[in-house]
Amino acid sequence: MSEQALSHQPRDDVHTEPGAIRFVIVALAVLFLLVFVVLPLVVVFASAFSRGISAYFTALGQPEALAAIKLTLLIAAISVSLNLVFGVIAAWAIAKFDFAGKTFLISLIDLPFSVSPVISGLVFVLLFGAQGFFGPWLQAHDVRILFAVPGIALATIFVTFPFVARALIPLMQEQGTQEEEAAISLGASGLQTFFRVTLPNIKWGLLYGVLLCNARAMGEFGAVSVVSGHIRGETNTMPLLVEILYNEYQFVASFAIASLLAMLALITLLAKTILERRLDERQVPSDH
Amino acid sequence: MGLTLTWLSVIILIPLAGLFLKTFDLSLEQFWGIVTSRRTLNALKISFGLSFAAACVNLVMGMIVVWALVRYKFPGRRLFDAIVDIPFALPTAVAGVALTQLFAQKGWLGAPLAELGIKVAFTPIGIFIAMVFIGIPFVVRTVQPVLQDLDVEIEEAAASLGAGRWHTVFRVILPSLVPALLTGFALAFARAVGEYGSVIFIAGNLPNVSEIAPLLIVIRLSEFRYADATAIAVVMLMASFLIIFAVNRLQRWAQTRMPAQ
Amino acid sequence: MTIEVRNLTKKFGDFAALDNVDLRVADGELLALLGPSGSGKTTLLRIIAGLDWPDSGEVSFDGENALSRGAGERHVGFVFQHYALFRHMTVFENVAFGLRVQPRAVRKDEAAIRARVKELLDLVQLDWLSDRYPSQLSGGQRQRIALARALAIEPRILLLDEPFGALDAKVRKELRQWLRTLHSEIHVTSIFVTHDQEEALEVANRVVVMDKGRIEQVGTPGDVYDNPATAFVHGFIGESIVLPVEVRDGAVRLDGKALNIAANGYAPGAAKLFIRRHDMQIGPAGSGSLEGSVKHVRSFGPIQRAEIALRGEGKTVIEIDAPRDRELQPGDTVSLQPRRYRLFAAQD
Repeated sequence: MSEQALSHQPRDDVHTEPGAIRFVIVALAVLFLLVFVVLPLVVVFASAFSRGISAYFTALGQPEALAAIKLTLLIAAISVSLNLVFGVIAAWAIAKFDFAGKTFLISLIDLPFSVSPVISGLVFVLLFGAQGFFGPWLQAHDVRILFAVPGIALATIFVTFPFVARALIPLMQEQGTQEEEAAISLGASGLQTFFRVTLPNIKWGLLYGVLLCNARAMGEFGAVSVVSGHIRGETNTMPLLVEILYNEYQFVASFAIASLLAMLALITLLAKTILERRLDERQVPSDH
Repeated sequence: MGLTLTWLSVIILIPLAGLFLKTFDLSLEQFWGIVTSRRTLNALKISFGLSFAAACVNLVMGMIVVWALVRYKFPGRRLFDAIVDIPFALPTAVAGVALTQLFAQKGWLGAPLAELGIKVAFTPIGIFIAMVFIGIPFVVRTVQPVLQDLDVEIEEAAASLGAGRWHTVFRVILPSLVPALLTGFALAFARAVGEYGSVIFIAGNLPNVSEIAPLLIVIRLSEFRYADATAIAVVMLMASFLIIFAVNRLQRWAQTRMPAQ
Repeated sequence: MTIEVRNLTKKFGDFAALDNVDLRVADGELLALLGPSGSGKTTLLRIIAGLDWPDSGEVSFDGENALSRGAGERHVGFVFQHYALFRHMTVFENVAFGLRVQPRAVRKDEAAIRARVKELLDLVQLDWLSDRYPSQLSGGQRQRIALARALAIEPRILLLDEPFGALDAKVRKELRQWLRTLHSEIHVTSIFVTHDQEEALEVANRVVVMDKGRIEQVGTPGDVYDNPATAFVHGFIGESIVLPVEVRDGAVRLDGKALNIAANGYAPGAAKLFIRRHDMQIGPAGSGSLEGSVKHVRSFGPIQRAEIALRGEGKTVIEIDAPRDRELQPGDTVSLQPRRYRLFAAQD
């Protein structure tokens, strides 16, 4: 319908609702998002800077804050790199091959998304805790997993496992296997095919998955909280420190750390939006 | 291949199997005793009940938000579209402290609400608010693509057959969104049931009143009552499996009934 | 390079894509695998390329077992139906790919690779596109780049899967000719898959007609058209009139009435009579063994196509092609006599 037709007979347009209804719906949607999403975000920054900028940076400069930031970065580095490698392999296997138990594998990959983070932490306590399956052995050999970096890393890997694989599977399925077959028939080895043909085609999707994986790895709270033991300056990640400081009524310090995490979330979202646009462009089929 | 399966087993299967094995340490009576104890039952009731209520709100509000984002043009539409993902991206602990601060008695929203006699923070209402917050993206993001891809022709066909706009929306458009709406609802519900970080700050955590099931697991763990923690976890896990199963069935059903164009 | 395929069988679940197929391809031949979709022609091509593996049977190149080698080791150039160009590489890099992934020991140096790619792009007459990306090319250009890329590895065999399937009619015609010319220049043993009979008959030296995982006939284009070996081939290639007949007492009968044609020793019983549209001679009423009335006439090109309702119980309507100079009007009663025909068993 042309613009002109719209302006002549707006009441008869079959594609939309009367103006008043449109206004109410938009107003409701905007109000809902403002109250439930924007306001909490604003509160984080407002509270962080409520005593001024210098108080904010003093709070971030505290040794335990620095230790938490360092630990969070370390955990993210470990879990993102491992999930990157295995996420790509899992997605490759699922998208390009047919095998028995494929559906089972897919549900397995999705599982961490649907399990409470607390339960994700709990399973590792049951495995490695003092009363756990491997607990006595670990104690005898003086290996610390729980309440130490390995436990936190394991729990984080568990909850962030799906991101990379989930981002890649639909992309790889859509691209099919023809380009890989072409590469093989031209004499490329499996690795050459992967690095020269498959990887360049999925790089944006991969980045997307890694981005989300990283955001979750840095922000995970429930699972990490269960396995960390909350040892100050040692096993406190940034989200855990937010909790501790908040419970001690150190609001500025708590929100200062929280503001860093919030910025991480915002940057992730921005990058995600840009990437999504890129992915959409690339998905315009090139051979039609 | 083999490597992937091994990795998946180490990181996902073995830990979960461990959880179920642990429950076999308990006799059936013991298990039943834990699960039906007053405090556990109340925690489960609170978690599932409030999650259901929050998912209902998300269903309605999510539909309104999707409709506005997809069908109307308004200033800041793209920004609001991006904002929908914030509850997903924001670390739960940050969301938790922010919501608490916002709805505390002296908070920006807590103060006016207190004057009306409504106390949000440290009550079940607070839990409900936090659950609504984290559930927002699910309904919106599952329904949005379906509404976008909906063929305008079916609306035109309905109109040409004499249906008014009201009829077209409620008899033609909404029914074709039902599978996506239900899927979004189930996902929001499942997420809210298991949610921990954004809820515990605002909840007040009073046993039997405002104590959610995941928190009870954490409390039992800190008391070294592993068996109790495991039993509650198993109940919650079964519930989430049921939900995933329902979602998968729902999507298969939707696909057979309305194959993608 | 000769190719020999023996007893090849491949099943997908219960579906037999290839059912005991035997085929010999001579050196330097340009062979077409022709058949409807699901006839197994693409599966056969992919097994020869090493992209699929048979359940049983043998494939050999120059007498040497090919199945023991992977796709990358067979030196087979494969042109994919949708070209499968690497979308993130330029045309130049696409063509160079096969040269760049060779083991270091035998890999050409950069200058030699460049020279070779240029030579190939010249061969397909698309030198000027070397910096473009596949998405910036037309269908016909992509097709030729895909061919250049396959030729880069100096394949001993060239395999093409529906090479013209995704192109529009005009480009298709041009490329057919071009492929034939190219083949006569490089003379590498080539097999292409098609479901388009015209394409197969026009381009190939020999045509393999396939149906339901089996080879129905192998022969020159003239052979398969003029002497179809089976009812399927007769029906699939060229347009045919099919009449249900009965062979009795040495005569071919339609609705019990004997037609004035020889049974050629065909065993008594139900049969199908196949006649090409242009092999039906039209004469004045009473002059042939079939009678009918003209219902409709359309003229195009050198022929006129007439719809004729046959007299008899069957109320059969057939379409025949007659020369333009023969006067035909709707309502005319005419007599028909098959000039050339074939009889096949009645089942299916």
